[in-house]
Amino acid sequence: MKKKTLSKSTWTYIVVILVWAVVMILQQAGALSSHLQGLLVPATYYAIVAVGLNICVGILGELSLGHAGFMCVGAFSSSLFSIAMQNTLPVGIRFPLAMLIGIAVAALFGFLIGIPVLRLNGDYLAIVTLAFGEIIKNILNALYLGVDSKGLHASFTSQMDLGLEADGTMLINGPMGISGTPRDANFTIAIVILLIALFVAQNLVNSRDGRAIMSIRDNRIAAESVGINITHYKMLGFVVSAAIAGAAGVLFSHSISTLQAGSQYFGYNVSILILVYVVLGGIGNISGSVLAAAVLYLLPELLRALSSYRMLIYSIVLIAVMLFNWAPAARNWRTKVAARLTKTFGRKERA
Amino acid sequence: MKRWNKIMSSMLAASVAAMALAGCGSSSGSSTADTSSAAAAATEAAAGTTEAASSDAAASGETFKIGVIGPLTGSAAQYGTGVANAAQIAVDEVNANGGINGYQVELQAEDDALDNQQSVNCYNTLKDWGMQFLLGSVTSACSIAVSEETHNDNMFQLTPSGSAVDCVKYDNAFRVCFSDPNQGTKSAQYIGEHKLATNVAIIYDSSDVYSSGITNTFVTEAANQGLNIVSQTAFTADSKTDFSSQVQQAKDAGADLVFLPIYYTEAALILQQANAIDYHPTFFGCDGLDGILGVENFDTSLAEGVMLLTPFAADATDELTQNFVKAYKAAYNDTPNQFAADAYDGIYAIKAAAEKANLTPDMSVSDICDAMETAMTEISISGLTGDPITWTADGEPEKEPKAVIIKDGAYVSAD
Repeated sequence: MKKKTLSKSTWTYIVVILVWAVVMILQQAGALSSHLQGLLVPATYYAIVAVGLNICVGILGELSLGHAGFMCVGAFSSSLFSIAMQNTLPVGIRFPLAMLIGIAVAALFGFLIGIPVLRLNGDYLAIVTLAFGEIIKNILNALYLGVDSKGLHASFTSQMDLGLEADGTMLINGPMGISGTPRDANFTIAIVILLIALFVAQNLVNSRDGRAIMSIRDNRIAAESVGINITHYKMLGFVVSAAIAGAAGVLFSHSISTLQAGSQYFGYNVSILILVYVVLGGIGNISGSVLAAAVLYLLPELLRALSSYRMLIYSIVLIAVMLFNWAPAARNWRTKVAARLTKTFGRKERA
Repeated sequence: MKRWNKIMSSMLAASVAAMALAGCGSSSGSSTADTSSAAAAATEAAAGTTEAASSDAAASGETFKIGVIGPLTGSAAQYGTGVANAAQIAVDEVNANGGINGYQVELQAEDDALDNQQSVNCYNTLKDWGMQFLLGSVTSACSIAVSEETHNDNMFQLTPSGSAVDCVKYDNAFRVCFSDPNQGTKSAQYIGEHKLATNVAIIYDSSDVYSSGITNTFVTEAANQGLNIVSQTAFTADSKTDFSSQVQQAKDAGADLVFLPIYYTEAALILQQANAIDYHPTFFGCDGLDGILGVENFDTSLAEGVMLLTPFAADATDELTQNFVKAYKAAYNDTPNQFAADAYDGIYAIKAAAEKANLTPDMSVSDICDAMETAMTEISISGLTGDPITWTADGEPEKEPKAVIIKDGAYVSAD
């Protein structure tokens, strides 16, 4: 009897749910250290943003160096909403709404950037998104926003210039950012968002729209000649990618109570870190991004026991993974080993 | 076949990941700060009783555990290592003298690399280790992020140098250093009362919590002191190498005092660039300027006459400071900064409060925290950064600021 083999995308969901179940069981059994529990949500939102970036880099074939910027706008907009609604809406309604707002704002910025840039051909998207990330970061660092009985006050110079009444509260305090975001996100919610992101990404790849997007990546002229609207499909891919990054930003801001637009959270180094997850997980390989992001985020934290040497070891591991994935000798070796494994296991399967 | 391959590989990968997760669940971080051995050696030389004392602790098996969180790597590594090193010195001294209530003290330092999320990760690591008191985080933003966690767990937190207002907004959090508003107000008062200047220029880092915090309150208090702020210019972390336009503005505005609520690296550049355009006002700074004489390739004669408001100067002549600086130099071959002094006082504050409240290591973290909250407001310690230092219930220290002036390449008390 020939069993119907499950598709790769189904396996991805199953593995993610399995990991979630294992973690939950360990947590209930008290076998999970609080250090590791604290790492679960960050590892998941980096996996989500890696999935988002993979749509842009792997499916659309355009390089984006500003996904941290989309995370940033998603994080700040949703945080502002959650703080404003903290006492009026219950968590069950507030957090999904905050999530939608974060996604919508990130998608809007993706759309605005896409209008001029996606009409062009070449590396312009990389240049513009790089600048976008830095601009967003700098604007938020200079922005002072407060609210009092007279309404909203904003300033780009200093807290003093707001002229806030004594009873007013600061919403965004320049470089000090937003503090006091309710901590609504947890690991289960993060996994649900990850599954949704995976669902969107994998279905996009297998859809009519996805095939159009990939045809642009593979040969722009051929795609244009069969009547595919290049700008439209590029925009579609890019906006979806930005929206998923925004969702990751919402998880970011709702898992920690202080939010600042610092370089260590939303700078171009972070964008490149996300790109590293995508490249090491395999460009165009959605489930690979999730695995790479989770492992590479956890690694430096799990190496804490090595104290000063941990960043050194981390970079060596990065180089090793890179070689293992892409060096010709390593690829040959992998095919050989895989062939041998299939021989042994494959025969048993048939018997 | 190919599909089977992929399934196998994804299963393998998942099991590896699961194993990694499960593996670290059971093992808690057992590393100790790599600096401890050096410090231990140093104090052993100072006090011969160390061995006897530590073997007592080993016998009873009960110890107090203090955790330190700070940036041990990265751009602010000086501050974190200063705190970790000084805390180690203080703990070794405490242990050599019989510990807290007769129990030995263990210390573990974790690196947050100046990142809020990592700081929380560090806190969780330390919690797994069994921490009862937290000395940290070193920097303001990290400290605020961690205070949310300590508040949830009701863990006693004492930040040595988190100066932003929000660092101590919860009842369980205290600090050793002055708060930013406090520093700004005291600086303005000092300048006003000593009639140092009437026209003041400010150059500050708008991307830095510490710097903009001080600037805000300085401006407010300056109005009360009759100071005239003629120029207020900012720079950010991304543009802190060329200050010629800020210095030129201060000069054009005719300021006779330039207030620098910034860190010493940038201040050294400002002094050089002011000298280059032949502009010689009085420069006045806060504790961030402490360390300016140690900047590499900096002509220290330029810093002549610079005044700074700081709770600690390594060149002070009192016995406590001299002993501390000697022990620090012997252990780490470096001069301690103000952060180190704050951490040293922090450990002694924990000791004093724990003794006041008669704590024992077998108490729960939450009970310890409740007892410490009351005891902190009742103690008075004579430390490196103030004599005496007392605490109010809202977590702020009460101590006198000291003004220091740089004379002949050394810090001298200005009074």
